[in-house]
Amino acid sequence: MSIRPRIAVLVFPGSNDDRDAAWALGALGAEAQLVWHAEEALPRDTAAVVLPGGFSYGDYLRCGAIARFAPVLDAVRELAAAGGPVLGICNGFQILCEAGLLPGVLRRNRDLDFVCRDVRLRVERSDTVFTARCEPGQELTIPVKHGEGSWYADESLYEELEAAGQLVLRYAEDCNGSVGDVAGVCNEERNVFGLMPHPEHAVDPLLGSGDGALLLAALVDAARERTLALA
Amino acid sequence: MRVTVLVRPKQGILDPQGEAVQGSLRKLGFAVGGARVGRLVDLEVDAPSTHEAKAQVERMCQELLANPLIESFEIEVAET
Repeated sequence: MSIRPRIAVLVFPGSNDDRDAAWALGALGAEAQLVWHAEEALPRDTAAVVLPGGFSYGDYLRCGAIARFAPVLDAVRELAAAGGPVLGICNGFQILCEAGLLPGVLRRNRDLDFVCRDVRLRVERSDTVFTARCEPGQELTIPVKHGEGSWYADESLYEELEAAGQLVLRYAEDCNGSVGDVAGVCNEERNVFGLMPHPEHAVDPLLGSGDGALLLAALVDAARERTLALA
Repeated sequence: MRVTVLVRPKQGILDPQGEAVQGSLRKLGFAVGGARVGRLVDLEVDAPSTHEAKAQVERMCQELLANPLIESFEIEVAET
């Protein structure tokens, strides 16, 4: 725990979980820095990026569709292409899908309701930097709060992702009608990950569950390793 | 040139919004089926020809106005 790696938490107009994410990352040993969407570069020594939850640009057109044009996204693409870890939570997941950094798309929940509760999740893969502190098959309890979180991929894309081990996290109970109950997906290189549940709201058992800390602390581990490797 | 884009949920894709609208219409006593809810975008496009306008809007649809994974689109150019 010698160094506190710098993790950028992006702030779009309409983000609302940016501060919670920054607080949680700080509590888990990172130096979290809020970065406004209009910035063209990430702060020096940024080792990882988090795209937080919220309603960026008012969810106009489709959730996440406009945010992909934010100037800061070019810097995020660069960091991702260089192997840097990028985590999208809820609206951040929607943005990464619309930006083409993650496969599939998030649609209106099957039952049209806004789902806001703790859900049980099953970790399918522990071979990503985000799930490195979990075991395959491990159950986590983390809250969701979304109206458009039903992940969709057509059959051929789904099978391709399944075969490549990119379906990292599933709901262990019925949640929103996601294809294959998928709750979180990573890219082919496994350094970009998006999920609908909010790990930043589950880092202290006092608030119901501390399971989110397993995912965020693993991200902090990866950011620290990257910082040391680049130093 | 006036161009209208119609974006629809792709055929075969579940459209819960359409189902909810259909259910509501039925409650009002209308005998309807197959309701699908999409989106309409009106544009003023500066292009030398109808053909060129259509080609431009097609690119707009592919890059932003529709998500090809789940939506289909139709382009109508108003004759002037």
